[in-house]
Amino acid sequence: MVSRRFVIAAALAATLATPALAQDKSIVVSSTTSTQDSGLFGHILPLFKAKTGIDVKVVSQGTGQALDTGRRGDADVVFVHAKAQEEKFVAEGYGVKRHPVMYNDFILVGPKSDPAGVKGGKDIVAALTAIKEKQAPFISRGDKSGTHTAELNLWKAAGIDLAAAKGSWYKEIGQGMGAALNTASASNAYVLADRGTWLSFKNRGELAVLVEGDRRLFNQYGVILVNPEKHANVKKEFGQQFIDWLISPEGQAAIAAFKINGEQLFYPNANDAGA
Amino acid sequence: MHDGASAFSLVLEGDPTLYAIVRLSLMVSLSATALAGLIGFPLGALLALTRFPGRNIIVVVLNAFMGLPPVVVGLAVFLLLSRSGPLGSFGLLFTPQAMIIAQAVLVLPIVAALARQTIEDLWHEYRDELTALRVGPLRRVATLLWDARFSLVTVLLAGFGRAAAEVGTVMIVGGNIDGFTRTMTTAIALETSKGDLPLAVGLGVVLIALVVAVNALAWGVRRIGEIRAG
Amino acid sequence: MHGPASDLPVELKEVSCRFGDVAVLDRVTLSLRPGAPTLLVGPNGSGKSTLLRIAMGLLPPSGGTIAWGGRPDSDGTRRAMVFQRPVMLRRTALANVVYALPAGRDRSHALRLLARVGLERLADRPARRLSGGEQQRLALARALARDPEILFLDEPTASLDPAATKAVEDIVRDTAAAGVKIVMASHDLGQARRLAGDVVFLVRGRVLEHAPAETFFAKPGTPQAAAFLRGDLVI
Repeated sequence: MVSRRFVIAAALAATLATPALAQDKSIVVSSTTSTQDSGLFGHILPLFKAKTGIDVKVVSQGTGQALDTGRRGDADVVFVHAKAQEEKFVAEGYGVKRHPVMYNDFILVGPKSDPAGVKGGKDIVAALTAIKEKQAPFISRGDKSGTHTAELNLWKAAGIDLAAAKGSWYKEIGQGMGAALNTASASNAYVLADRGTWLSFKNRGELAVLVEGDRRLFNQYGVILVNPEKHANVKKEFGQQFIDWLISPEGQAAIAAFKINGEQLFYPNANDAGA
Repeated sequence: MHDGASAFSLVLEGDPTLYAIVRLSLMVSLSATALAGLIGFPLGALLALTRFPGRNIIVVVLNAFMGLPPVVVGLAVFLLLSRSGPLGSFGLLFTPQAMIIAQAVLVLPIVAALARQTIEDLWHEYRDELTALRVGPLRRVATLLWDARFSLVTVLLAGFGRAAAEVGTVMIVGGNIDGFTRTMTTAIALETSKGDLPLAVGLGVVLIALVVAVNALAWGVRRIGEIRAG
Repeated sequence: MHGPASDLPVELKEVSCRFGDVAVLDRVTLSLRPGAPTLLVGPNGSGKSTLLRIAMGLLPPSGGTIAWGGRPDSDGTRRAMVFQRPVMLRRTALANVVYALPAGRDRSHALRLLARVGLERLADRPARRLSGGEQQRLALARALARDPEILFLDEPTASLDPAATKAVEDIVRDTAAAGVKIVMASHDLGQARRLAGDVVFLVRGRVLEHAPAETFFAKPGTPQAAAFLRGDLVI
């Protein structure tokens, strides 16, 4: 029996050792669930690997968590869509430099029955006001993500104070985009979603796109190398290669080429200085 | 995963992504259970056979920890293994190794507490005989563990069941990275959140079938062993 | 070369044993000397098992003293015990005996022990699949593995049929003849008559008589012993 235990221990040690050794040419990128759920990475990462041989391991979390992962040094590159939080990240010394990469847009999704009567509108602030007036059910991600932050900014732009509404018609679920859409679909509620996740979402129920195209709904993505001076383990050469590729004409073209049902999701704008 | 493909056709086609996920799930949970056994069996035996100040408190705490919430374990191990944490220099976060460690932590109380109970019961039966034969403490532990081996297989299965079924721990410390740390349970969580419910359900059925298969295998091994050893 | 010191005689002086409020043994003074088998007899609950356990060294007395060969502590390697229901390790019969072997003795010695108790053909059978009588004989082989000076037996044939009982008694008799001191509790007066050199008679934790066998059976010294020998209940 003692020798049997030994064999198991040795086998375990071998299991634990091998995969780690095999993963040397790789980086960890912390990104958001909406980017992951859209399927973008499945499309562009193989192109990057074919060109450079670098394995990109994406850990997708909410924006807040993704930036925190960068702060802790558990990722080499951060790729999120919350400009203010990203600039703060760099200003605090956790990131080297922020590069704009692409944008997609948010859309207001809601039940086809449209109790607040917002369908076809081009003004998101007016739509949100109508929803509040009618006390129509609204689902919020409530998870400090980029989408959540954008949603809160829009309510603020409409001059609406949500504190009174929480729990009645306005419900925060503290989860990602897919979960929010599932909940909205199940309860015939309105929800602000990113177009990418919506296009890949299969459980639509009675939901449809009701408001889109307002400039205020545009969602800018930025990519940042985690500061190697804060965390010596950051793979800065590989990480920088990834960033350089994303903002290069080749990477930007790959992003633009990603389509769902013939529709382009992300619009590359790395050269847009103000983005 | 293919859009619109059901999990069953993926299984039948031998879809390599699905098989990679299944292999990883089995590797992580089986390794974690084995590790928990390596530590938990001697620990359980120690608690069964010795009396020292504080021993009863440890037994109560160990029993209580059988119900540790997986997310809490995941969070604790995450904080330990993060680069900013005490064990960060090993660079283990977001790797299968981290998942094995975290699941081993989750499963250890179950294995140790159940082993303790099993061995303590057996010790009541064996005490006079082993004392009369003047068997020393280390040899006692070995003898009891070996004689209890069939019950201990069931204990390991209980641990494996817990590991294979959980999602909170492996999600947090593994990061659900496509092709690297994505297991059955995290894949199901992902497909659910993407709204691809038929695929998620299909994966769930595959997972249950897997766990049943492991249990059936262990039952077979146990039956054969029991018949041969009496 | 000096071997380990002898454990005989086993001297109990004013030994008491209490479990909570109950005195299972009450000031027992007894000397177990080398020679013919000593049988402990008495009604159920008279303390025979407890007395054996204390003499074996499994249980410390709550009061009084015990000494083996004049020494208050002895490592017990020269004593062995067989219980009423033996515990079989989950392995073969032979492996059970091998388990009990001292250093320097090998498998062939274990096979000889099995032969001594008539189990050599069952060496590779899982011990738990042996019959009650076979298991008791295996327990004897195991107990004899270390060449004990004293062999304690606690009602070893209480659950066995007559054929199995005879087999066990034969082994006990042969072992006694080979020079091992036998101290055995028995529920069966017939067995005591067959095996005893001297008899210790216990009632409710006290030794009422300790006499050579012929004396005890022919002319018991106490009314309780007489009643017991007649088959009456001794309360």
